[in-house]
Amino acid sequence: MNSLKKILLGEQGLVVIFAAAFVIVSIFVPNFLSERNMLGLLQSVVTIGIVSCTMMFCLASRDFDLSVGSTVAFSGMIAVMVSNASGSILLGLLAALLAGGAVGLFNGVVIAKFRINALITTLATMQIVRGLALIASDGRAVGINDPNFYQLALSRIFTIPTPIWIMILLFIVFGFVLNRTVFGKNTLAIGGNPEASRLAGVNVVRMRIWIFALQGFVCAIAGILLASRITSGQPNAATGLELSVISACVLGGVSLAGGRAAMTGVIVGVLIMGIAENVMNLLNIQAFYQYVVRGCILLIAVLLDNLRSTAAGRGRV
Amino acid sequence: MMAFLEFRTISKSYPGVQALSDISFAVEKGVVHGLMGENGAGKSTLIRILSGDQSADTGSILIEGEEQNYRSARDAFHAGVIVIHQELQLVPELTVAENLWLGRFPGKAGIIDSRTLVETVRTKLEEIGIDVDPNAKVSTLSIGARQMVEIAKAVMLEARVIALDEPTSSLSSRESEILFSLIEKLKSNGTIILYVSHRLDEIFRLCDSLTVLRDGKLAAHHLKVADTTRDQIISEMVGREISNIWGWRERPLGDVRLDVRSLSGPKLRNPINFSVRKGEILGLFGLIGAGRSEMARLLYGADNRHQGSVSIDGVAISPNNPKAAINAGMVFCPEDRKFDGIVQGRSIEENITISSRRHFSPFGILSPKKEAALADRFIAKLRVRTPSRKQDIINLSGGNQQKVILGRGLSEQGVKVLVIDEPTRGIDVGAKSEIYEILYELAASGIAIIVISSELPEVMGISDRIIVMCQGRVAADIPRSDFDERNILTAALPDKNAAGTI
Repeated sequence: MNSLKKILLGEQGLVVIFAAAFVIVSIFVPNFLSERNMLGLLQSVVTIGIVSCTMMFCLASRDFDLSVGSTVAFSGMIAVMVSNASGSILLGLLAALLAGGAVGLFNGVVIAKFRINALITTLATMQIVRGLALIASDGRAVGINDPNFYQLALSRIFTIPTPIWIMILLFIVFGFVLNRTVFGKNTLAIGGNPEASRLAGVNVVRMRIWIFALQGFVCAIAGILLASRITSGQPNAATGLELSVISACVLGGVSLAGGRAAMTGVIVGVLIMGIAENVMNLLNIQAFYQYVVRGCILLIAVLLDNLRSTAAGRGRV
Repeated sequence: MMAFLEFRTISKSYPGVQALSDISFAVEKGVVHGLMGENGAGKSTLIRILSGDQSADTGSILIEGEEQNYRSARDAFHAGVIVIHQELQLVPELTVAENLWLGRFPGKAGIIDSRTLVETVRTKLEEIGIDVDPNAKVSTLSIGARQMVEIAKAVMLEARVIALDEPTSSLSSRESEILFSLIEKLKSNGTIILYVSHRLDEIFRLCDSLTVLRDGKLAAHHLKVADTTRDQIISEMVGREISNIWGWRERPLGDVRLDVRSLSGPKLRNPINFSVRKGEILGLFGLIGAGRSEMARLLYGADNRHQGSVSIDGVAISPNNPKAAINAGMVFCPEDRKFDGIVQGRSIEENITISSRRHFSPFGILSPKKEAALADRFIAKLRVRTPSRKQDIINLSGGNQQKVILGRGLSEQGVKVLVIDEPTRGIDVGAKSEIYEILYELAASGIAIIVISSELPEVMGISDRIIVMCQGRVAADIPRSDFDERNILTAALPDKNAAGTI
């Protein structure tokens, strides 16, 4: 019992849980292991996966971002509308990235410079940005005029859809940033002890602003790919995304108390969220039940985080 | 006559420190009893044991001849012992009356009988002579008034023993007067007051009897304060043999390295001037609240200064920015390792390289090899005892954590000034000597060092010069040849200039 506990709460605990779940599901759920289903599964976690990359930084520095779902919808909307208006997809994408980055920058400045609680700030921007998306589109979906826009999501490289490649690329980039750059290590240091980091010469305010700006920018990438996949800009897209993303991160061992994060963990967390949803779909479980399951997963994730912190000998701050 | 409150052979040790050994004394009913001693003499530990906050390793506390073996603050409270700490424990957003009734509001079925609530408190406040409106929110009251409310709470709970820990440290002289007359009143009602203070004037004025602690031992017990003198008490506080764990030796000093001109800040109203030379170790001594740590934080830019300049080798450092101080060659090891020093959950390696890694990271990309080499170099140089540089810093002992934080500062390029606040707090004796040795080596290499410590023997043992601070001012500047415990402590005690401005 004790050794089992050790494994489950240890560094590799999540990977063990994931592997076990994967094997069980492969055996008992028909069609799960097929190539088509696997690609579908990965396709379905692209948005969560991409946004998790930067949410990981946000949580690791002891911050929080609830506005990601709205930002994804808003920037997707911008991409479509600007492309339609200007006739240039490139311009649309650029505008979307700028818009996403601007939302993040705004969050960062308010939170770090004016010292407003991140939860409250992003709760506010979450609604403001969603509102902007609805106002811009008058509440309706906006269709894409140029069919080339679809190609972003539909095209394949070595038989694997482009969005999956982009997600993998971002996993690699942000894994590198976290572990091998001053930016990543400073992020973890801020989360571990902000005052000590400040006294050690880390510019904590600027770091936090950058982390949020980056988060907004990456949300825009996710928003563009989502818009391309659903062939339109939807003002109501990606509602509740923030919860799935935070669940995935926490499930992946990112500590809500800050200072602890690993890219591999987050990837596994994302896949667990994806598999849970995929399996429920394959088993024809009604969508209503899926909410309950998702909530349960979040609870378990937080419980695990708490147990892990206690096991690591440091209380929640 | 039976002693009302008695401490019997109380001992208490923390890892590496014998905080109290074999303390026995008794206090009679209706007496104000003083408790004096230097920082670290064991006063706070004794008070914590009395309040049930901590338990003694051996020994017992007797109240009216009855042995108390309470295990928590709650038990102590039921035994009639109430300790009023420097940080007051009132709920700011509730009214005075609500605070006094908190936890046992009068009324039925969960509905508060607000008339009883207010009227009982009003009567009680009038009875003991405290002029505070029971309906006032605590947050609107001055610190002094809050303290009165806290005492009123103790009276309402029918405390038999009230311990006051440095009660006047944040009071104006008028507020102190009110407090003193209140204490007299409580005393005449038969309550025991245990009065902990640094201020000799207050002790002579208020206390009937007095216990002096030194290095965790009972140094003296006076049944009548009136029969002793100020000088006698001071020598009882300091009279220890100086053992030679310091290993200080003469070093050549160079030109002025750090120069501080009319520096002032939030808690240091009076401008401060001083300088430190190359290779010099300057000790900064003062009692708690004298402004030592505030000064260190101002120097480093951890807090914002009001005015003044700090320069290293003649070049002024831009203010209020730790990073600028680092770039100018200043290193700071903060007093509170846990809150301001270590980055919990991260490795020793990361804790060492946190500020210097930017120098060997082109485009912000780290070099694991260089980082590891740097960490290993300082682990070896500072003799950090750890199985690996990958170890989480939280797993190290206090002494080793301190070395890591020192290493963090020293791994910067071109360190010229080191400011180290309480270098050996909570560190065992062996590790202490090692840290002193490291400081001497650094000084010998030309670094100007400021050591802040509340332990007088330590400051005297390792410094080339001592600046004594008192109430936010420089009270004395003493070269090593003139070191004398009594002079230093006298300069540090605030009441010598009680007639002064504060």
